[in-house]
Amino acid sequence: MMQERLLELQEEALQKVAAASELKELNEVRVAYLGKKGPITEVLRGMGKLSAEERPKIGALANEVREAIATKIEEKQKALETAAVNAKLATETIDVTLPGRPVNKGNLHPLTRIVEEIEDLFIGMGYTVAEGPEVESDYYNFEALNLPKSHPARDMQDSFYITDEILMRTHTSPVQARTMEKHKGQGPVKIICPGKVYRRDNDDATHSHQFQQIEGLVIDENISMSDLKGTLDVFAKKVFGQDREIRLRPSFFPFTEPSVEVDISCKICSGKGCSVCKKTGWIEVLGAGIVHPNVLEMAGFDSKKYSGFAFGMGVERIAMLKYGVDDIRHFYTNDVRFLKQFNHHEA
Amino acid sequence: MFVSYKWLQDYVDLSGINATELADKITKSGIEVEGVEKKSEGLKGVVIGHVLEREQHPNADKLNKCQVDIGAENPVQIICGAPNVDKGQKVAVATVGAVLPGNFKIKKAKLRGEESHGMICSLQELGFESKLVSKDYATGIFVFPNDVEVGKDALEELGLSDEVLELGLTPNRSDALSMLGVAYEVGAILGREVKWPVVEKEEAAEKATDYISVKVEAKEDNPIYMAKIIKDVKIGPSPLWMQTRLMSAGIRPHNNVVDITNYILLEYGQPLHAFDYDRFGSKEIVIRRAKDAEKIVTLDEAERTLTPDHLVITNGSEPVAIAGVMGGADSEVKNDTTNIIIESAYFAGTVVRKASKDHGLRSEASARFEKGVDPARVREAGERAAQLIAQYAGGTVLQGAAEVDELSMEPAVISITLEKINTLLGTSMTVSVVESIFKRLQFGVELDNETFTITVPTRRGDITIEADLVEEAARLYGYDNIPVTLPIGSANPGQLTDYQIKRRKARRTLEGAGLYQAVTYSLTSQEKASQFALEARESIRLAMPISEERSQLRLSIVPQLLEVVKYNNARQIDSLALYEIGSVFFKRDEQELPEEKEHVAGAITGLWESHLWQGEKKPVDFFVAKGVIEALFDTLGLADQISYRQAEINDMHPGRTAEVLLNGEVIGFIGQVHPTVQKDLDIKETYIFELSLKALAEAEVAPIAYQTIPRYPSTTRDIALVVEQATKAGDIQDIIEEAGGKLLKEVSIFDLYEGERMEEGKKSIAYSLKYYDPERTLTDEDITKAHDKVLEAVKEKAGAELRG
Repeated sequence: MMQERLLELQEEALQKVAAASELKELNEVRVAYLGKKGPITEVLRGMGKLSAEERPKIGALANEVREAIATKIEEKQKALETAAVNAKLATETIDVTLPGRPVNKGNLHPLTRIVEEIEDLFIGMGYTVAEGPEVESDYYNFEALNLPKSHPARDMQDSFYITDEILMRTHTSPVQARTMEKHKGQGPVKIICPGKVYRRDNDDATHSHQFQQIEGLVIDENISMSDLKGTLDVFAKKVFGQDREIRLRPSFFPFTEPSVEVDISCKICSGKGCSVCKKTGWIEVLGAGIVHPNVLEMAGFDSKKYSGFAFGMGVERIAMLKYGVDDIRHFYTNDVRFLKQFNHHEA
Repeated sequence: MFVSYKWLQDYVDLSGINATELADKITKSGIEVEGVEKKSEGLKGVVIGHVLEREQHPNADKLNKCQVDIGAENPVQIICGAPNVDKGQKVAVATVGAVLPGNFKIKKAKLRGEESHGMICSLQELGFESKLVSKDYATGIFVFPNDVEVGKDALEELGLSDEVLELGLTPNRSDALSMLGVAYEVGAILGREVKWPVVEKEEAAEKATDYISVKVEAKEDNPIYMAKIIKDVKIGPSPLWMQTRLMSAGIRPHNNVVDITNYILLEYGQPLHAFDYDRFGSKEIVIRRAKDAEKIVTLDEAERTLTPDHLVITNGSEPVAIAGVMGGADSEVKNDTTNIIIESAYFAGTVVRKASKDHGLRSEASARFEKGVDPARVREAGERAAQLIAQYAGGTVLQGAAEVDELSMEPAVISITLEKINTLLGTSMTVSVVESIFKRLQFGVELDNETFTITVPTRRGDITIEADLVEEAARLYGYDNIPVTLPIGSANPGQLTDYQIKRRKARRTLEGAGLYQAVTYSLTSQEKASQFALEARESIRLAMPISEERSQLRLSIVPQLLEVVKYNNARQIDSLALYEIGSVFFKRDEQELPEEKEHVAGAITGLWESHLWQGEKKPVDFFVAKGVIEALFDTLGLADQISYRQAEINDMHPGRTAEVLLNGEVIGFIGQVHPTVQKDLDIKETYIFELSLKALAEAEVAPIAYQTIPRYPSTTRDIALVVEQATKAGDIQDIIEEAGGKLLKEVSIFDLYEGERMEEGKKSIAYSLKYYDPERTLTDEDITKAHDKVLEAVKEKAGAELRG
């Protein structure tokens, strides 16, 4: 009798648990069946009437029934709780495609970007970054670089002079002269010199009275043209891409001998010839050479012991080639729509 | 320098190599060929015609009706508008079906009722530049000499089917300013020999010195001067081949004598001058520096005032030419000239340059003297000219020349070892490779073991030292053959200086804060140079500015940044934030370089936060800009050393501007641009700052030292203080921090109230004070003790009352 009653209660309770759709309802089932005043407790109270043999059996059964009901209630409770949370979260759904709150973010000017990239490349090869004044003496800007006063390249028309002896530097080479002088004839010298320079040009799409250069100088024992070639090859591949080649052509600069112009293979046509490279497959990017012995000697280096190479390039030109900018004035107009384009790291 | 491919073959064998291939080889070995032009490209159907008849067009005054033999079965009728067309002339005829420059096709046409089967051409119509066309044919058709064959290709006869290489010469390679010079270069590249023109002297018994004498008073400027006399010449046109060669080189033909001097200039690189002997004014040539204010009327009919800086040729009393620059009008060779003096001389580059510059006269001649001509060619060039004049202008060359020759022509002798060449180039050339290079260049070579002793011909004045020989070896060996290596040697630590690192940190911080980097010009107008200047010092003016707008070196960056704001605002970009790092320049003593200081400046305008779909936007204000520079100071480790002071600065908003102090020294300012200035510039409300980056980067910074993370809880006490309106929050904070003692670790402002519930002239500022002790938990008693001191201090020092 009691046994059936218990199983009946279990059946009844489990049905109610299954039917419960809210936590409150479930709790009522719990109180109703498992509470102190519940029917199972009541059954157990009547156990006194049972024989000693039956008593433990019924007791055990009663516990099983309680256990079974409690387990189900617990399971159900978890399910209901999860459902409740899910229902609540469903109401909190947002449109994830709406734009995020912008974080203010600026970026480097493209010229600085190029300069820092080149600086870092050469720092990695053991160079330091040397800087000097933008207003220079005639001596450092010209004379120390093997351009004596009578030299035809030194026309007042071409440079911004302030007095007869002071001018806006026309290249970053005076930094080389100054650095060499500081070394007092002792090598090695390995520097990269970025900076603003000035020429007496009218501004147009390809000319700017102010522009930036970056120059490199290495002086040591046994520095050779092949070292220059190798160094520039590393440079060209880093700045313009691993598949670029370089070509050296003989040229002339007063402060180097031999002097070369350096071309890189055209990125647009891969050397086949196109309008950008004027059908030659090559684009001129910089000038370089072996440091003229007069320049070494003037700075106190023994040109029999030391040799060196130097190279120099226009940063605007590099940026124009690398990014395809078609007018040099963009760099100085600072249209935010222009500046914003140089905002991410390129692989 | 324009080099005719055909003409070049007079001096060097070019068989097996076309003009384009030649151009490529020349470029690779040192002289850049900027272009190869074939003028006849795309043209066709132009032949030599013979004008058999010419009559007036029946219906048009200015037209001629011509019957022209073009080598076909029958003559053709051509209507021609040229004023100089006439019967018997040999002319260039564009026949029906011909194509002229600009893809102009010739068709049969009817002109005022008369048929025309082609066109008689001027040189311009065939593609010659007007400046190259002889004055005789400037306004009409070109007339060939009579010996040309009818029906032949006129383009060929005019040299248009020739190819012309344009050489871009660097200043050191003036040796290539002549056909012979180019021939030596090409000979070296191809390993072929150079053929010189043959000068056959045919001279009369009469001596030149009987007609003229030469005296040089300025021997430094003119170490060698030679005068040849040619008698009984007949001025007329030069041969057609000579004219076409001159035109291919960019020189306009004049007459036989002048053309010959120009031809020699191109052939030898030696400028010559022809004087009319009978109009010379004396029998004596005296070369000297001009006297002050001496005058000469030059060939171009201009009267020029001379100075002792200029070298002149005189007839003993008056200047007849500015040496190396231009002849005088009085002694010019004219159509009736019969006796001439040919001058061949070496004039120093500096004196020619001075005169050419002072008088604004740059010519083929002056350009060559300026760069230095080959002294070894002076005499031969003169002889060759005399010979050609006798040949093409008739006349008799008198024997010898009147001359002064005190030029020392010692060629440069340079020794160099094979090792030196290989070391400098990184190559491993053998002795024979290098030897063959020098021999191809036709340098004198003596070889002792592995040491070369090179005798450099005078035509290569650019070669004076070992390095020059290394360059010759490199370029003829080929740069493509030089290996690719990297320098080996003592390793340097490659790194940035502290200053450079800090500058980069400043860039990163400002970018991170949302500012774009701008780069503007250092040169500006006088007015802008000192606007917003941090230091009121004198600015520097250029001696010869291009424009007023760019005449002065800037003392501050802000004016340029405001220009950028203006530019962008005018393009509907209202919100922008910019910074620039750059030098400003302060005048020192005239003899000294200016003081250059690196500044960092910024300009921020418009909306700082703009997130409209969530309804959020916040315009820029003073505190946005201040936050930016605070972040900068924080990154540079200077937050504790910086303070702000309300300030009045020209062109700044008087109530919204502060000076920025680093350890008590003003190093910059921040604030709003004065509304009137904003209005004048037509920009929106803009906040700016400019700071001395130099001062910031050079300030001493405390090293980073770890502080124990507190293990005990902290206690926060808030206070709201009522103070006078004018009292500065920063001052109160200083008082609190000082009075709070070591237990007070943080003070922050969390409220500011200035509303109507305050007593007139008062405001309330609420501070949050955080106390803790890293060693123990603070008791209420400890905190109250410290806090009471704070309250006492603010009351006493700032008159602050606790807000009830």
